[in-house]
Amino acid sequence: MTALLELNGLTKAYPGVVANDDVSLVIQPGEVHALLGENGAGKSTLVKMIYGLVKPDSGEMRLRGERFTPAEPRAARAAGVAMVFQHFSLFEALDVAENIALGMENPPKMRDLAAEITRVSNAYGLPLDPARLVGDLSAGERQRVEIIRCLLQNPKLLIMDEPTSVLTPQEVEILFQTLEKLRSEGTSILYISHKLEEIRRLCDAATILRLGKNVGTCDPRQETARAMAEMMVGQVLHVPERTPHATAEVALELRNLSVKSPSAFGTSLKDVSLTVQKGEVLGIGGVAGNGQDELTAALSGEVLAGPGQIMFDGADVAGLGPNARRALGLLAAPEERLGHAAAPDMSLTENAVLTGTVRKSLTKNGFLNWAGARSFAEEVIKGFDVRTPGAHTAARALSGGNLQKYVIGREILQKPELLVVNQPTWGVDAAAAAAIRQALLDLAAEGAAIVVISQDLDELMEISDRFAALNEGRLTKPVPAKGLTVDQIGLMMGGAHDMEAAS
Amino acid sequence: MIRLEKRPEPSKLWSWATPPLAVILTMIAGGLMFAALGKDPVAAIRTIFWDPIFGEFAFYYRGQLLVKAGPLILIAIGLSLGFRAGIWNIGAEGQYIIGAICGAAVGLAFYPWESFIVFPLMVIAGAIGGLLWAMIPGLLKVKFNTNEILVSLLLVYVAEFILASMALGALRNPDGSGFPGSRNFRSYPAAFNDEIIAGTGMHWGVAAAFIAVIFAYVLLARHQLGFQIKLAGQAPRAARFGGVNPVRLVLFCLGISGALAGLAGLFEVTGPAGQINIDFNVGYGFTAIIVAFLGRLHPVGILLAGLLLALTYIGGEAAQSALGLPAAAIQAFQGMLLFFLLAVDVLTNFRVRFGAGEAA
Repeated sequence: MTALLELNGLTKAYPGVVANDDVSLVIQPGEVHALLGENGAGKSTLVKMIYGLVKPDSGEMRLRGERFTPAEPRAARAAGVAMVFQHFSLFEALDVAENIALGMENPPKMRDLAAEITRVSNAYGLPLDPARLVGDLSAGERQRVEIIRCLLQNPKLLIMDEPTSVLTPQEVEILFQTLEKLRSEGTSILYISHKLEEIRRLCDAATILRLGKNVGTCDPRQETARAMAEMMVGQVLHVPERTPHATAEVALELRNLSVKSPSAFGTSLKDVSLTVQKGEVLGIGGVAGNGQDELTAALSGEVLAGPGQIMFDGADVAGLGPNARRALGLLAAPEERLGHAAAPDMSLTENAVLTGTVRKSLTKNGFLNWAGARSFAEEVIKGFDVRTPGAHTAARALSGGNLQKYVIGREILQKPELLVVNQPTWGVDAAAAAAIRQALLDLAAEGAAIVVISQDLDELMEISDRFAALNEGRLTKPVPAKGLTVDQIGLMMGGAHDMEAAS
Repeated sequence: MIRLEKRPEPSKLWSWATPPLAVILTMIAGGLMFAALGKDPVAAIRTIFWDPIFGEFAFYYRGQLLVKAGPLILIAIGLSLGFRAGIWNIGAEGQYIIGAICGAAVGLAFYPWESFIVFPLMVIAGAIGGLLWAMIPGLLKVKFNTNEILVSLLLVYVAEFILASMALGALRNPDGSGFPGSRNFRSYPAAFNDEIIAGTGMHWGVAAAFIAVIFAYVLLARHQLGFQIKLAGQAPRAARFGGVNPVRLVLFCLGISGALAGLAGLFEVTGPAGQINIDFNVGYGFTAIIVAFLGRLHPVGILLAGLLLALTYIGGEAAQSALGLPAAAIQAFQGMLLFFLLAVDVLTNFRVRFGAGEAA
């Protein structure tokens, strides 16, 4: 049997970095092949070469035994390669059928296309009404539009780039059934992800990339998730240790917090109520864009709330700005590292001043104590193993993981009473992520209250004492994280606000 | 093949080396242009850059240099603070006019009282006038989110009409036999902004410009407010997260730039210009925008840029009269200087690579 796709020694270099270095892999017909690797390992570059978006510097590709050199995505699609991108390219003001027609070379009549969409969507268990406006669809439904757009071309190879990052567990289940049906029909799937459990469930083979090199191929069903993670990272992983420390003392209480989103496309918070105890980690999950940024901003003081809605240590802090809250011990680390948690063009020393003036006493009569700021920055660099030439380095010169360690470390070393972190390990390599989670748990063990807002459910289950989910700006009632099933979490993320019946 | 590669960090070396490089490139390109016009390029370049400082009539030109550079620097320092914070006051010309009118009005109100207190009062009035004029775009921005670029620019034209009205009406010299224009401050010693050291061109406005340079340098390098200004310009969301109050910052930046422009106007009207008149303003407020950017929005850079621009104006005029160069050629030469300064700036953030695209 000839392999469907064979890559031999593909190499692609960009200025300053070799994105793919002599990568080879083989995909058989009807195989679900996982492409596994950390951020920056070269997964995207590799699939872009297959899809004709990037031309390899050297090496060759063979599709069904024949040389395959797609000059552009159109050529790749003609050869039977289709791709679902992580970021959708859809027009919100058009309906589903119109969006699909836009991507076609010779679109059929609208009525025929609509019938075809309905047929394919039913056949593959992806219900989708061709007449609905894309603007009204959820992220999961939008992904279906992209998948059906691909399926209409009868692809031999379907490339999916991190498809589950925008889905609830139930939607993931539906997607997997579709993919399994495709496999049974002989379609090969190249599945890019870094979620190991998913890959173990779905994939027949896995190729692991590290720093642009193929470091191994394995059968994911034979390997443990941990073994694959260690291949991905190239070192032995350290699993965070935790012991619950929650005390009866309430650190933070939100009472019907309602805040209008500052952005026109944001999600306003509606009647969010919760309490966080000292020594406790509260995990807040939810699909992106359901109010996570707004909740972070409301807690950090960037957006002010109505009187009495935010009580911290028994005092009303709803009307206080960020520095007044820092003075009381309420610290935060927003999701976006560059431009929000840190100023990209400023040095690490200057970025230490960004949040450290109050608690580290870096000012005197309004004048900055640069020596103190530098030693604080160096303390963070040292304490959190930030790999950088020194405190004078600009924040944007650091890798995502190192900058994130710096940002989280900067807040932790200010000894917060309450720390709010949004997506603490987003885009961070596995070793740094483990270090950050451990640091958060250590902080909780010292008696600080911690709110972790994240879209990574595995992370939340790993470190949270209690769990709640945001859905369209509303928060479910927090429940103990221990013993929560995937189904219950999915229902909470989907907006089932009364969990008592389910649990 | 030549390619540009983004540097991970801006180059410290090039951020200092690009301005001299730009001046050299301007001399070469300008020299070629002068040669094409049939003039001796070396003589022309020497007349523009050398003679005003070291030539035969340098004793006169050097003073002129300070007189021209003073208001440019004073205004540009104020503007640069706002520009760094992403607050675009384009209307310094208007604040300059209003500052001059307010200061002059206070002085003329005391005429002919000879007291040491008159001039300081005028200085304060000039600063307040510019500040209040700049508060109009500032308050509109913080209250109604209007665009300060448009509002401040349009207020320049309003200020020009007020100037004309003052020169013809309220502030007209009662002993001036009906001619437009106020009393001349040269004939009112208590209100005259005389040279501090005779013959040097160094008047109080120039001194104020030097003080502003030092003040801005300390503010930006050492003070929390300066840090917040830089932060707000580079990363507005981070600034908010860092506790910067955007409303206060807008009002501060517009206020300080307005006050400094007003001071520049007051020192000009009581010194080199001598009186309020219809054609009092000559565009210092707009040229200062160029000075601010030429100086990389850095106080020391602005000091040098102000002197350099003043030099090309004075040297340019000298070249026109001495060598018969057309005024357009001088303007083209000044344009080249700006062009090269901005063009070579790319070296600060990018690295030039020659070769066929092999990656490092």
